Amino acid sequence: MAEEQVIVGLEVHCQLDTKSKLFCGCSTDYRSDGPNTHVCPVCLGLPGAMPVLNKRSIEYAMRVAKALNCTVLHESEFSRKNYFYPDLDKAYQITQYDKPLAEGGYLEIEGDEGGEKRIRITRIHVEEDPGRLVHMGNAERGKYSLVDYNRAGIPLIEIVSEPDMRSPKEARKFLNKLRATLEYLSVFDSEKEGSLRVDANISIKGSERVEVKNISSYKGVEKALLFEITRQKSLLRRGQKVDRETRHYIEARGVTQSSRSKEQEHDYRYFPEPDLRPLHVQSWVEGIVLPELPDARRERFIARYGCSLNHARTLTGELRLANFFERVVAADPKGLATLADTWIADTLIGELNYRDMSIHDLAMDEKNTTGFIQLLGLVKDRKCYDKMGIDILRQMLDTVKQGRPYETPLEIMKRLGLVPLDVASGGTSPGGASLSETNPVTRAIAEVITEQPAAVEDFYKGKKGAFNFLIGQLMKKTRGCADPGELNRLLTEELQTKEV
Amino acid sequence: MTGHEITFEPDDPYHAFLTTCPRAPHGDGKLGGIAVAVKDNISTKGIETTCASKILKGYIPPYDAHVVELLRQSGAAIVGKTNMDEFGMGTTTENSAFGPTLNPYDTGRVPGGSSGGSAAAIAGGMVRMALGTDTGGSIRCPAAFCGIVGLKPTYGRVSRYGLIAYANSLEQIGPMGRTVTDVSALLEVIAGHDRRDSTSYDKPYSPAPRADISGLKIGIPQEYFGAGVDPQVAAVVTRAIGRLEECGATTVPCTIPSMEYALAAYYVTCTCEASSNLARFDGVRYGPAADTKKSWHEAYREVRQASFGTEVRRRIMLGTYALSSGYYGKYYAKAQIARENVKRDFTRIFSEVDVIAGPTMPTIAFKLREKSDPLSMYLSDILTVPANLAGIPALSVPCGKAGGMPVGLQIMGRPWEDERVIDVAYAYEQAVS
Ligand SMILES: [Zn+2]
Repeated sequence: MAEEQVIVGLEVHCQLDTKSKLFCGCSTDYRSDGPNTHVCPVCLGLPGAMPVLNKRSIEYAMRVAKALNCTVLHESEFSRKNYFYPDLDKAYQITQYDKPLAEGGYLEIEGDEGGEKRIRITRIHVEEDPGRLVHMGNAERGKYSLVDYNRAGIPLIEIVSEPDMRSPKEARKFLNKLRATLEYLSVFDSEKEGSLRVDANISIKGSERVEVKNISSYKGVEKALLFEITRQKSLLRRGQKVDRETRHYIEARGVTQSSRSKEQEHDYRYFPEPDLRPLHVQSWVEGIVLPELPDARRERFIARYGCSLNHARTLTGELRLANFFERVVAADPKGLATLADTWIADTLIGELNYRDMSIHDLAMDEKNTTGFIQLLGLVKDRKCYDKMGIDILRQMLDTVKQGRPYETPLEIMKRLGLVPLDVASGGTSPGGASLSETNPVTRAIAEVITEQPAAVEDFYKGKKGAFNFLIGQLMKKTRGCADPGELNRLLTEELQTKEV
Repeated sequence: MTGHEITFEPDDPYHAFLTTCPRAPHGDGKLGGIAVAVKDNISTKGIETTCASKILKGYIPPYDAHVVELLRQSGAAIVGKTNMDEFGMGTTTENSAFGPTLNPYDTGRVPGGSSGGSAAAIAGGMVRMALGTDTGGSIRCPAAFCGIVGLKPTYGRVSRYGLIAYANSLEQIGPMGRTVTDVSALLEVIAGHDRRDSTSYDKPYSPAPRADISGLKIGIPQEYFGAGVDPQVAAVVTRAIGRLEECGATTVPCTIPSMEYALAAYYVTCTCEASSNLARFDGVRYGPAADTKKSWHEAYREVRQASFGTEVRRRIMLGTYALSSGYYGKYYAKAQIARENVKRDFTRIFSEVDVIAGPTMPTIAFKLREKSDPLSMYLSDILTVPANLAGIPALSVPCGKAGGMPVGLQIMGRPWEDERVIDVAYAYEQAVS
């Protein structure tokens, strides 16, 4: 069977990070407040209330349009999308239909086949978010549901791509790049819960297209696509056909589920919103000055800080991460650039992911940034070796995650009893005499040699792995507090001395 | 506000009011102490606002419509909410869920609609002025049938914020009164820009009406005197236009060919918009509570079936159908083209004349229950809907009687020339008084 070509297109809905809602003056900062506290006649859809367009939302959307190389239409307009649902207070959503704000752009991602790949953008339009249902019990069998209209009227931007992605990985890369771009434009905050929702169109070349709705996380996109591709491929392998349908992604179970029912077959009866005038904003485009975007920043990181391409990609792939990196480097531009590059792009990211944390969780509190800079300072000055540094970093992250009071790296070192072992002063005496008995490093070497006679034997037989094993034991014994290079040298010396 | 109030406890033999405020507070100002009635589709904070529909029974708006705020600021006493056809859908006020309003001139006849309560409250001597709304003639028709003055302002002249929408792109709130001077005074208070209504313009109204119309050119469209227009009504109106000529105006015959499609364009547009506007009334937030044991869509259906009147349901269905996938281009889009043609006809005519005059309604007030089939009812809107489609100002001023019932002279003007339309009506009123 020929290679089954996967075809993916995405519709991404992002909340624009404006201060007030799309059609009224209510604050968008609703997440920490009680239900139905950020509402007014307009966003409650009270009879007689009328929408007034928030110009800032349009300006934000135009920034996105420009950054995604789209053409802003000479005239765009808002339409009503009519459907009944309890979270939709007016029973229609004000959105854009046949005259969207912008059309025809592209976003470059790192393609599966290496190099930059262009994903075409079909259109960008602006619309309002509906309210939210809170089910008491589960949705099917719960006793009742409550409606919260705090979210009703939050500005959304919908970005529709062409079906240009060929794998779930490319879809994730597209989404990550898009998120970074929106954040660089200061129009979007990915840290806000529910600020992004994705619908995906997936097909295997030659078969029907399936729309998967309701994906609400970055990780969910890749998972939902993988599930759907497997499902479609196995249908085809069994000689069955894929139905053209809409499916819903069930995040908790990582599966997609057919949502075909009478109620879901909507005819949205679009028509122009008579309470708003058409938009003529094309002339604003020229006035919009874009900030440095991810690609430009990546190139600058390579040129200015000597980052590798991969590290630069990682560091600039998230606005907060890039900012964090530059904050750290700025503390000691000469000393920290190289160190910060690997420590942030590899070590820190790895440790954050392991804890399911984001850079925001760490950098939110200024003290932690300072702490991280101090930690790298210690590593640079060799007052603390890599392994110790990692232990300290882990403690810092756990402290943040568990909400414990802040400790400086030095305090953590002290608490853990991590003291850099001064190998030099306890090492070979100026006269070339044997190692001092009181030095912990010396003691550790002696102990390891005694405790691991088999490995020592192997070493003398010339087995390469034996030395590394002994070093490992030694690191464990010294809890990483000794300079690894020195340990290497001293163990070699000691073993050679013994042999003689 | 200085803490005054007026007592308002009328007998209301014509059922003009749905709600009255027996002790209505008022302040000082241009309308200080004047009793003003407000049509029941305009939101009044703290006063039940039902649109004469069961589905809004018990709804007390938490906010004032922009025009109501302005009324209060002008010192007016808001004395009550007037009856109407449910959500404004009708030409007789018989479509009120709470019973019809009667015509003060003949209680066996309708007052016209949909602002029939406002017109009857004025004609019956209960208030001096009132607010109505006009989507396809809803101010002018009852003004004509009840022998009072009513103006549908230029679209955008008065904020619609707080007006419970029936057909957003057509309707305007407007003044109704016993005299042109009263209508002018009320317009002065309510006109002007409101940032909460994006379709409102910064066009305040202030001049006092002037009776000098010498040199004015009046267009007389042949369609306004053709088939379907009661010859008696046409004769009364023709005489009235003669009085205007005596005042120094000249008349020019003209035609509005696009009128052939005006009624269809009007009914497609208003039903489409209405089907969307009224969808929010689902029994969750307004109206009788739904049976919670049923699924939400079953509950919606049940509440909407039981709580909307026949005409409202008919128009919701028509509009839903016309907007459906595959029909949009056939109906809504075509209606907008027809609408552009109407506008173009008016632009052409107004390049040669200053105002257009003709009858407001093709007949005098109908007998109660006379218009039982919807189509013949719709046809009676033919002379009023063109002004709504074009967004131009149009006024009805009493100009005599036919068969013992009042007849209205309709005067239409260029966009934003509400002043001129009022001047012409004032000139007529002065000439005959
Ligand atoms: Zn609001």
